[in-house]
Parts: sequence; C-alpha cells; structure tokens
Amino acid sequence: MIKTRIVSLPYLVWMAIFIVAPLVMVCFYAFTTPDGALTFDNLSGLGRYMPVFTRSIWLAAIATVICLVLAFPLAFIISRMSESKQSMMLLFLLLPMWMNFLLRTYAWMSLLENNGLINRLLGLVHLGPFQMINTQGAVVLGMVYNYLPFMILPLYSVMTKIDNSIIEAAEDLGAGRLGVISRVLVPLSMPGITTGIIMVFVPSISTFIISRMLGGGDTLLVGDLIEMQFLGNAYNPHLGSAMALVLMVLVLLFMSLTGTSSDEEMEDMLI
Amino acid sequence: MENNVIVSLDGVSVAFDGEEVLSDFSLDIHDEEFVTLLGPSGCGKTTTLRVIGGFLIPNSGRVFFNGKDITDMPPHKREVNTVFQRYALFPHLNVFENIAFGLRLKKVPDPEIKIQVSKMLDLVGLQGFEGRKVTSMSGGQQQRVAIARALVNRPRILLLDEPLGALDLKLRKEMQIELKRIQQSLNITFIYVTHDQEEALTMSDTIVVMNNGVIHQIGSPVDIYNEPKNAFVAEFIGESNILPGIMVKDFLVSAAGIEFTCVDSGFKLKEQVDIVIRPEDIKLVEPAKGQISGIVKSVVFKGVHYEMVVEQAGYEWLVHSTSFEHEGTQVGMRIGPNEIHIMTHTERVEVYD
Repeated sequence: MIKTRIVSLPYLVWMAIFIVAPLVMVCFYAFTTPDGALTFDNLSGLGRYMPVFTRSIWLAAIATVICLVLAFPLAFIISRMSESKQSMMLLFLLLPMWMNFLLRTYAWMSLLENNGLINRLLGLVHLGPFQMINTQGAVVLGMVYNYLPFMILPLYSVMTKIDNSIIEAAEDLGAGRLGVISRVLVPLSMPGITTGIIMVFVPSISTFIISRMLGGGDTLLVGDLIEMQFLGNAYNPHLGSAMALVLMVLVLLFMSLTGTSSDEEMEDMLI
Repeated sequence: MENNVIVSLDGVSVAFDGEEVLSDFSLDIHDEEFVTLLGPSGCGKTTTLRVIGGFLIPNSGRVFFNGKDITDMPPHKREVNTVFQRYALFPHLNVFENIAFGLRLKKVPDPEIKIQVSKMLDLVGLQGFEGRKVTSMSGGQQQRVAIARALVNRPRILLLDEPLGALDLKLRKEMQIELKRIQQSLNITFIYVTHDQEEALTMSDTIVVMNNGVIHQIGSPVDIYNEPKNAFVAEFIGESNILPGIMVKDFLVSAAGIEFTCVDSGFKLKEQVDIVIRPEDIKLVEPAKGQISGIVKSVVFKGVHYEMVVEQAGYEWLVHSTSFEHEGTQVGMRIGPNEIHIMTHTERVEVYD
C-alpha cells in the first residue's frame, strides 16, 4: 500500500503541476479583472460571441457525422480482411499522420485556392473556378481529413472483435444487409462509435489552425477567439480564460452524454 | 420415400484457393429426417452445411429446396436456420431478444412474439431466463438459447454445426437426447454435423459418412455400423479389426492364414478383400476351442469391458471382452460367420495403427 503510494508520487506531482495548476489558473483568470478584482463580466460578456460558439459546435458536429459515415464501412471492411492486409491498411491510414499537421493543412490550402490545383484542373475542362478556400466547407473538410483516423481506429478495434458467425447468425435469422447493420453491427460497435465521436468532436470544436488556414476570416471558431485573446491583438487572457472554461464545460457535458452508456457496454464487450 | 426429398444437392463442388473441399457432391435429404454428416475434420461436412444454409455459393452444382433451385438465394431468404458451432448469440441482447430476433425482423406483433418466445423457452427448458444476459450463461444454456433462437422461426430445416462440441461429456449426452426429442416433437428436418461417431449413432435416422469431400456411405446407424462399405467407414465408426483377405469361394474367406466361413457371396474367386471384425464380436474361449489362438499382449480396463490386444501369427487383434485374461495367457478366439464383414479392398488399410 505504501509502496504504491511512493511509486505514484511522480504522477501526482506531474498532475498537480500540469493539470490542476493550469485549471486553477484558468478559473482564476476567468473570474477576475486585469486588476485582480473578482468579476463575472468575462463570462456574462460571452453572449455576443454566441454565433462563434454555435458555429464551432455546428461545424464540429458536421465533421464528426461525416467522419462516422466514412469510417464505419471502411473500418468494417478492414476488420474483415486477412490479418496481413489489415495491418497494411492501417499503415496506409496512419501514414499521412506521420506528416506534420500544419503541413497537411497547408497542402489543402494550395489545393483549394482560387487558382489552386483543383480549380486549375477544373479550368481545363471549362468548369469553375469555384470558391472553395475560406468557406465553412473547407473547414469541415480540413477537420474530416485530419481527424478521420481517430474515428476509424476505435471503430476498427471493436469491429475486429465481432465474430463473422454473429453476422451470419443475423443473416440466417432473416436479416438483410440493413438489418445486419442496424441490429447487430451498430449496437456491437457502440463503444467504438462513442470513442470515435469524442476523439473527432473534441479536437474539432477547439481547433483554430484549420479554420484560420482554410476558413479565412469569415469562419471564426472558438479556438481562434481564444487564441486571439492570448497571442493576438485582442490580448485579454481574462476573456480568453472565460471562453476556455465555457468550451471545457461544453466538452465535458458532451462527453458525459455519450460516455455514460458506453462504459457499461465496453465492459460487456470485454467478456 | 423418394418424393419427400426436401433438400437436394446436385453435383456440388466447392474449392478454396484451388483446393477442392467438396467434389461433385450429390445428396438427397428427406423431410422430417435426422441426418448426420459424419467425418473427420476437413472432410467437407461443415462446407456442405454452409452451402445448404446459403453462406457459401458452390463453384458448380445446384442446390434444391422442395424442388426449387435455391443455389443463389441469400441466407436470409431461406427457410433454413442454423445453430452455429460457437452459438454465435448476440452479446448485446438478452435471452428474450436473442430468441425474438428473427420474429422482430418479420415484424411479428409484440404479444405474439411473447407467446412464441416463451413456448421456445419451455421447449428448451429455460423458463424464467428471459431477462438474463447471454454472456453470463453457461455453455449448455447458451446452446439451448441458440437452438430456441433458430427454432422459433419455424424453419423447415435446422442445420446444426457441431453444436455440442464445446460441452462436457455428461452435458453432451443429455443434449443428444434432448435434441432428438425436440426434433421428433417438432417434426422438422435436422441436418447435424459432427466428427463424433457415437453422437451420430445415438441421434441419427440417417448417417452420411464423408471424407475428403466425397460420400463414403449413406445409411441408418445400424447399417453403417454393421455393414461398413469400406475400410474408411469401418475404421471411423467404432473400433475394428481390418485385415486383408482373399475370397476362397462364396461364403469362405481366408485371412491371417485361416479360413473363415462368412455370409458374403458374389465376390470373384481369389478376389482381394478387406475383412472387418468388430472387437466385441470376437469371443475369447479356451485355446483349443477357438478358430485361432494367440497370446494376450496387453489388457486395459475400460469400465464395461476389458480391451485386449491378442497377438497371433504377426497380427494384433483388438478384442473387447467382459472376462479378464492375464497378459501372456494363451487364448482362443471364435468369430461367427455373421460377425465377419467383407468389403472390396481399398488401398487405405491401416491394420496396425
């Protein structure tokens, strides 16, 4: 008992310094003025940023749904492959992630620009040019592109545990393709679905680099706002902390909504 | 008899990666019959079941159900249900919902589902288990749920793929009797796959002995046991002494240097044959009174009987006897004409394994 306490000490110190202390500081800043006086103005003043918050939630939600729709069949197909093919497919999926995040997003910039590669190619067949960069669509695309693997991996890992005979049993009992998906695959993949949703939604809702690079000035997200309060011209760490606090509460709320049901199922799956 | 064929496989061939698992396989299965596909692992019996279930489309050949070609029909449209080897219950559903699965897909109204499911639970002896998680049940209970889940759909045919393989001996014996009872009370066709010859003999109306993707013999358990068609069947079903012999004339065969009177005729003179003698059909007598005599080499107590190996002129005879003889004793053996089964010679004879 004493031994485990000693061993866990470095972690406790680590957590105190890098998790608890920053949290306390964020809370402190959020409820104080630059002079150090207690105030609720930072929080109550957030009302005018409502559109930014809703836009952040909306775009992150769209990106999450698209990721889920793309990843679900893909993860299933991979999970049914032979083992050697599975690891190769996973490698291909993860390969882009070894490249720098900024670099990947820059690449999309040059692809989507008004005189970028895509528009020039379309020009060859006398189409466009289309306005693609600096749109909400481009931001969603950036989120999907960057976070798709985080949806595929948890889905894949639960789906490999689904025995083929369970799918065959469903077919045997009269389930067509849709029946198999809705009555067997989706319920059995639920732990992976919730994990994937969290892994995509949370970074999407707080991103600032994707919206800055692909969304231009029109698609400001909460992440951009917060960044501006700390590093930009608008320098106001107190307001920034209030925003960060609200974002954190939003994320926790969201996670508690998706998380509670999955814990129990996760345990069942492991048996 | 011929008109009540319910499933018919006609020249079915299946190959995986160029390796033929079923070759030109034809089989008729009659309605309300308990048919067992019996053979060693890899003989193609599970493949046959998967072809009937619709999980495998054969490379060539046709499958007929009630005279209708169903070769390309997907599994969910067939009037056939399967009990899978490892049960394949839905882990996210409780017992009730597992059994109700097929009915829900057919949009059967709720009250009707309740009646049907509880009928099935009665049938398999699991009353009161409706709300249980299937993952918390024992192997035998899961097995019963799997059977109920399949039977509630009132299939014309139930396919069972080594369903008792994972159960312990005692439970297996109970379930064998149970399955036979269920089959008889519902009057539906059971197609049962197993490698366990005893299981096959206990339950079946008809046994299909298979090896390497071909049928070796089809017959009732009694026929297959008493009149094996070749050395493979004889060896696979029960224990036996298989000796090479030569037909001296009708009703007389020579083997192990001795001539035996037998009940078989119609072979060519001097034809090479295999003769099969079941170990329990050899009677131990005083050395002078036997047709052959030999020395007891080993004795093993098996419960109901002693299993002995008797050596005679280079042959080792497997003998089952209720009386005990010491090792090294000289014994005589009597084999009645009815106990000698003569088959055309096949290459695959392993007398001394």
